Parts: sequence; structure tokens; C-alpha cells
Amino acid sequence: MKSLYELPAFVVSRKIKEQEITAEEYISIIIERIKRVDLKINSFISHNFESALTKSKAIDKKIKEGLKTGLLAGIPVGIKDNISVQGLKNTCASRMLSEYVSPYNATVVGKIEEQDGIIIGKLNMDEFGMGTTSEYSSFGPVRNPWNLGYVAGGSSGGSAASVASMQIPLSLGSDTGGSVRCPSSFCSVIGIKPTYGSVSRNGLISYSNSLEQIGPIARTIYDLVPLLNIISGNDPKDNTTVRKKYEYKTNTVDNILKKKYKIGALNDLIDNSEAEVAQSSRKKVKQLEDCGCKIEDTRIRLSDYALASYYVIATAEASSNLSRFDNLRYGYEGSPEGYEWNSYFSESRSKFGDEVKLRILLGSYVLSAGYFGKYYTKAQKLRSMIKREFDILFNKYDILLLPTMPVLPFKLGEKTLQPIENYNLDVYTILANLAGIPAISIPGGLSKEGFPVGVQLISNAFEEQKLIDVSILLENIEGFETWIPKI
Amino acid sequence: MNSRMNTVQELKIGLEIHCQLTNLQTKLFCDCFSNYRNSLPNENICPICLGLPGTLPLLNKRAVEFASMICMAFNCSIPEKISFYRKNYFYPDLPKNYQTTQYNSYELSSIGYEGSIEFVGDSKSKPKTSKGNSERSKIRVTRVQLEEDPGKITYEEDKSAANNYSLIDYNRAGVSLVEIVTEPDFSSPIAVRTFLNEIVNLFEYLGVTDPSLEGSVRCDVNVSVGGGKKVEIKNISSFKEVEKSIYYEITRQKTLIMHDIAVKPETRHWDEKRKVTVAARSKEEEEEYRYFPEPDIPKIILGNKFVSRVRTSMPELPLGRLKRYIEVYKITEHTAKILVNDKRISDFFEESLRYYNSPIEISNWIVNELLTKINEKDRQGLTDHNVRSLDILSVSPSQVAEIAKLVEVKSLNRTIAREIFDKSVDSGTSPLKIIENLEIEKISDEASIIKIIQDILISHPQLIEQSRSNPNVINYILGLIMKETRGRVNPQIALKLIKESLEEI
Repeated sequence: MKSLYELPAFVVSRKIKEQEITAEEYISIIIERIKRVDLKINSFISHNFESALTKSKAIDKKIKEGLKTGLLAGIPVGIKDNISVQGLKNTCASRMLSEYVSPYNATVVGKIEEQDGIIIGKLNMDEFGMGTTSEYSSFGPVRNPWNLGYVAGGSSGGSAASVASMQIPLSLGSDTGGSVRCPSSFCSVIGIKPTYGSVSRNGLISYSNSLEQIGPIARTIYDLVPLLNIISGNDPKDNTTVRKKYEYKTNTVDNILKKKYKIGALNDLIDNSEAEVAQSSRKKVKQLEDCGCKIEDTRIRLSDYALASYYVIATAEASSNLSRFDNLRYGYEGSPEGYEWNSYFSESRSKFGDEVKLRILLGSYVLSAGYFGKYYTKAQKLRSMIKREFDILFNKYDILLLPTMPVLPFKLGEKTLQPIENYNLDVYTILANLAGIPAISIPGGLSKEGFPVGVQLISNAFEEQKLIDVSILLENIEGFETWIPKI
Repeated sequence: MNSRMNTVQELKIGLEIHCQLTNLQTKLFCDCFSNYRNSLPNENICPICLGLPGTLPLLNKRAVEFASMICMAFNCSIPEKISFYRKNYFYPDLPKNYQTTQYNSYELSSIGYEGSIEFVGDSKSKPKTSKGNSERSKIRVTRVQLEEDPGKITYEEDKSAANNYSLIDYNRAGVSLVEIVTEPDFSSPIAVRTFLNEIVNLFEYLGVTDPSLEGSVRCDVNVSVGGGKKVEIKNISSFKEVEKSIYYEITRQKTLIMHDIAVKPETRHWDEKRKVTVAARSKEEEEEYRYFPEPDIPKIILGNKFVSRVRTSMPELPLGRLKRYIEVYKITEHTAKILVNDKRISDFFEESLRYYNSPIEISNWIVNELLTKINEKDRQGLTDHNVRSLDILSVSPSQVAEIAKLVEVKSLNRTIAREIFDKSVDSGTSPLKIIENLEIEKISDEASIIKIIQDILISHPQLIEQSRSNPNVINYILGLIMKETRGRVNPQIALKLIKESLEEI
């Protein structure tokens, strides 16, 4: 018999509501699991165990008294450490914020708690979300549950690794250029970056405001959809959220098959990937074709320019967003006593890690008066051209299919010294961020050596339902739950 | 030599005026109060205006409306779409180390552009042939932009080098600020002062700010002499100081030119104690603001509907009021101008009319009596800030209405009326009460007046004879009666009784 921690959240939640088990029992098992497993993975930065247990007892009481409970009754959710949870440390994996405790809840956290979800802890990441491997953390790298000597992907490495290693069933990450999808791919879980403006960013510590969205991570699409529904929707606290609320469904396979989705396979990107990655994408294309989906080869002409556009915009915004960290009002332990302003700013801002410093410098450079037109304006122009190209593609296709990452997970330390090589890994994921459209990474099987491969599906804005439908098909063809690391 | 002397004369002054929208309930991007002035340090703050990680700016739509009203008053064009930009620089009073503002270099982002405003005063756009300074001159407005105010730093000592510590108060951080940038169309310091007084008045009419609050309206100045480089003066606390700083800067620049030293384009600070401008640290000049569009606030589409809605909600402005006073109330242009040039006084006038509807009489009392008193107090230095205030006098519109009515309806002698009014203003008591107490109401009962006439005729018997040949004697007698009674006798009744008395004899 399976242990409770192995079960999907929606199954456990039903058991709790039907009083087959108590939330307290379940949370205790989860805490034990985290304590045992995370020593190896390093996916958590801080825990919230005591408060989680208290909350679970309150939920049990509600259920006993016959009161209504939320969709996530008793379910632990891990939160990436750049999303604010009231009363918890919010470090962004940076020394700069090592002592910062958020006085307020991010909107998404409030929504989870409204549904009786339990915030179990804060998850490790690349500092301020800047990285593709979760090695740039001042709390040490996240390790891949499939092989502890390998990277978990990033920047939401903790969010993906904690779910993959069955410490928790659900987590939230943030995705600026692939930060949810990349670690989902490397760890073999499902992660989605929703349409820009569909999930509130209030409480998410900005890296690049115009690109990023908070997204859920789960082991099964049937757990991912409810969490996505809970966190999305208009928020008066975020002026960039859209008015309309989209409600996503987990349709039956039969219903989905009737829709006869048209799928464009981005073959040049598939072909440019490592062999086993390409093979996995082609296998998925074949499976969908067998389901009656119409498949065509297609390409994105502008993908070559996407990386330059992305890094100009992301670093420009980051350089400004990260200006506020000067340790005058909050941050780490240290006092401006005895300093002149400017020397204190220099002193405090030396606490950033090297990768963060590099991106601040890049961003400051592209925004300088003489270079604005040359870089930022051009990058924005390319961005709207890429959007237009996607619009044209989505006139023909419901969904575009490509690998999430062009490579398999690699060894810790292998790529940290080569920033350009590292940035090149983002090519497949940044497209959706630039265009503001949704994209999902789903498990695509394992390589011969036993490393996970991810497949990415992209749809037009606010058409997450199509991504979910196709994910349901693929999950039902090959159960994802068979690809679980032994740990 | 000659040509240099000519160019030295050319003086160009431009202004950057900052107006806090103090009449808004809340700050520009959060729900904290606009009114921070009664709070303890760092009490009027929230995660948003403190720039805590993860917070997002939430635009106050009323602020956009207020700013649009200012644009309309300055005859600016309002674009279809506006947007916000980040101005990045490190300073401890900026919680995010950038200011959210508007910026027109890369696109038209500001709420208003290319306006112009007329004012009474001296400016170079005035035709040379004009006489007097009552002509209205035109000042071009480059742009009007909406932005957030930073916090406030309090230094231990005035001289920054002597500081052991400084304190930061973020209560003001995030308060809505409208910046109005003019073209260099002023040609004298006095014109600047006149202009500033007029636009402060305009802000009051618009109801967007309370200029009597310290720091609610501030002004930086650009000065260039003889077509030379532009020097910016910052850190000026009041309009009086604005004028002084310009005078100083003109002299400084002229002296440099005289000695063939080039004027550097730079920012200088006004040292109020020493009354000189001081070069700001050269670092500040090299400042690179790294402007870029604020990603957290989507472009705001205003459109014609918004503009026409704001236009219909505009209050009556000074020029409109002036026209009404002259055309409807038949007040002289001179008096009407004095009234409308201070909204508080104009409002006071209109309030007085509700008690007694005689615009000319009441306007005269306000302009001739009340304002003289205010000006006296002003000269004694009893008023602060940038506005003259009726508050320094404890006088209510009903007092003015009563005195006007006493004169017009009850024929109270003007000299006495003035005395009573003085007492009324000083004590705050109503003029009617004062008259009752002093028993100086007009003598109207005929018996008392006949008694006075008879006394006069007894002591001046020659008048009886003279009156038969000279009709003016009657008036002379009236004069004697008035002198005797200190003007308390109703002259119409007295004249009738004098005639009767003379005929009876």
C-alpha cells in the first residue's frame, strides 16, 4: 500500500474530508518526510511546521463540526522563497534579505489559505530568480532527486524538487524565463506558466515584472488544475491582472478526443536539442497523432532573436527592481551607523551574489541614456514582433509542441562558470514569457541513464484549457506517476 | 564690447513648479493618507509606499483627474494615453531607490503638454509698446506630469559635513505631486513672483491643493543670462526666496560674464541663511537616471470621454469669476481683480453676499478696509508660507455684510462706520452689537433734532437773516449739527427740520 505522501493531493483531501484520516496525521507524515528527505535535496529554505500543525488541527475541528472546508483542506503547499508569506522569512535565497520577514501575504498565498491549504515552508531557488540551475542560492544548491550530483533546474528548483521527491504534493514557483518549467522538466513534474496578467504578482518579489508569473507545480495534472484555478483571477492589488476570471476544467479523455486539436510541432527546435530530448518530443507528437490530433511541422522564425530581447528586458527591469535593497529599511543584520549614505549603499549592495550583480550591471548599462534606443527599444520591438508571430501561428494551431529544455539535467557546477552557455539554455522557455502566453512542461519520460525529459506545450493567451486538455491526454497515455525518483 | 553689453541684458527664467495634491484622500499608489502632516514620523506608511519587496503600485484614479484639471487650467493638451516611467537614483528618502514619474523623451507619456497661461505681469512675450503692467502676459508650459513625492530627511545640523546622523521620515513618500515645467519665458524676478502668486491662487480655485500647508507648492528655477548656459536653482523654501535667489543668480552670472568667465550649466542650491546659491556636488550633474517605462502600471487610456467629463466638472476659475463680477455685479475691474486674485477673499466676498446682497458696497469694504488690515499684518511679518490669509483676522463674512447694510440701509455715517468696523474686526463682535453698546445710533427723533437746531440758532443768530438771501446757509447749519452730534443725525430729517425752523421764525 502506498504511503500518504505518495498520493495526489486531491485524493488525500477527499480522505481528510471524509474523515478517513485527519489533516493532522497527514501533515505530521509530510513533516517527517521533509525532515528525512530534504537533507539530501536542500529544497527548503525555511519551514513552517508548527503553524502548519496548528492549522491542520483547526481544519480537522471544522470537519468534525460539519463546517464547510475549502478545496485544499489539509493540503500542504510549498512556496518559493520570493513569494511573500506573512510572518515568514522571505530571503529570495539572498544574503541581502537573510533577515527580512514579510509583514503581509502575497495574494496567491491568501487565496491558498482561504481554501484551507497549509503553507508548509519556503522553497530554495536561484538568488532573486536569476538562474537556470538553482545553484546560485546563498543557501546552497538544490539537488536533483533523480541524481543528487545533478542540478534540479531553476530558478524554482526547490519548488520542483520538493514535489518530485514526494515531500509535498503541491508548490508554487515563479516563471520569468522558464523558472517553473525548467526545473519541472529536470525533476519530472508538471509546471505551468500561466498567461501574463491571469495570476496576481502582488507579493512576488519582482525580478522582471513584465515577463513573470507565479505558477503551480504538481505531480499530476489533476492536482495542478485546482491550484491554478485557486490562484488565478483579477486582483485589485495588481494593476496588471486582467478582469476576466477563467475557470479551468479537468475534462474527460473522451471529451478531449472530440476536440481534435491541431498541433504545430516546432521541429527545428526539437532537432536542435540533445538526441534523447528530441526523441522524447517526437514520441509525444506520435502519441498525440495516434489520439486523432492533427499534427503539422512548423517553426518560429524569430526564435534566434528571442534570447537577446529577453536578457535586455529582464536585466533592465531587474536593475531597477533590485535598487530598493539597500538594508536601510529591511534586509540583513547590519546598521548604517557610522556610514555616509553612498558608502553604506556600496557596503550593503555588495551582499548580492555575483550572478545578480552581473545582471544588475547589464541592466544598468542597457538603460543608460545613450543606449536606451539601441537596446531596450529594440528589444521591445522584437518582443512585439514575436508576439505577432505567435498570433499568426495560433491562427493555424491550437498548441505548439517543443522540448522544455534543449538538454538533459547536468552535473552540479558544470555550467556555472559559463554565463552565456547557461543563458542559451533558456531559449525554449523565454518565448512564452516574451509573448505573455501560457506554457506547460509535462514529463516526457526518462533518458537511458534515467534522467527526466520534459515536453513543453504552448497555447495562445488565456487558452490554458487547451494545455490542460492535452496534458490530460498525455498523462492518461503514459502515467506520470511511474516516473518517480527512488529516494 | 557693445554686443556683449546687449546680450548681458537678455534674461531667461523658467520654472519647475511642484504642487502636492493635498486635497486627495490617499497617496498616489496606496491607501495611506495624503495628509501626513499630523502624523508621528513613519506612522503614515504601508508596505506599498515603503516599497517593501513584492508590493505593486496601485494608481489613484482621482490623482489622474486632479492632474488633468491642472492641465486644463494651463491650457495643455491631454494625450489619449499616458504612462509612467521609473527615474532611477539612489537616495535614502526614496524607498524604492527610484521615483515613479512621467517622462517624455522616448514617447509622450505625461498627462499634459504644450500649454500656455496668461498672467498679469511682466514678461518678455509682452508687446514692447504696452503701457503699465496690467497687460496679461503669456507663459508657455512645456509639460505637466504626475509623480510621487519622496520621503523627508532631517539632518542633525544644517551643514551636512557636521552631521553625525540624519533621520528619515517616509510619511510623505508616495504623496501625489504634479510637476509643471514652463518654457524660459520670464524676464524678471518680480514677474516670477507675480506668476507664482497667481498660480497658487489657481490651484486653490481648482481645489486640488491647500497652498497654506508648508511645502505643498514648491518651485525650482532655471536662470540664464545673455543667452548663456542654464543654471538650475533648487532647494528654495518659499516664493519670497525664489525671487531673492533669482536676483542673486543674475548678479552672479553677470559678474562672471563681465570677467569673461563662462557660466557652467549646473545645479545650485539656495542657501537661505547666507542668501547665496551654492554649487551642488558635481556628482549630481553626472547623474544618469536610467529612465524606462514602469512595468507595473499599464498604459492609461484617457480618451475624449474622460477629458470632457473632467472639463465639465471644472470649478469656476479666476478669469470666469472676474468676468462675472464685472458684468453681473457691476464691480469695477480694479476691485474685481483684487477680489479674484485670492480665492479665499473671493469666497469671503461671495459668502458675505449671502447675508446682504449688495456687491459693490461689500466689495468696497473688503478691498478698502479688510485687505488694508491684512497687508499691514503682512508687512509685520505675521503671515507665513506662500499665501496671505484671512485667518490672521478673526472676521466673518456676516460682519462685513452687517456694516455694509448699516451704511446703505440705515445711512450710518461712513467715518463712524469705519470706526465700528475696526472695533468689530479687532474684537470679533458684530457691528450691530457694537452700535448698541456705544449708543451711537443715528438720532432720528424730531424733537431731539429740533432742540439741537434751536440751540445753534440761539448761539448763531446772524444765520437767520443770512438764510433769507443765501440758500447755502441751510447746509452750513447742517454741518454744524453734524459736528455737534459727531454725524449721528439723519441728514434728510435734519434738513427738513432746519427749513421748518427757519420758516417758523
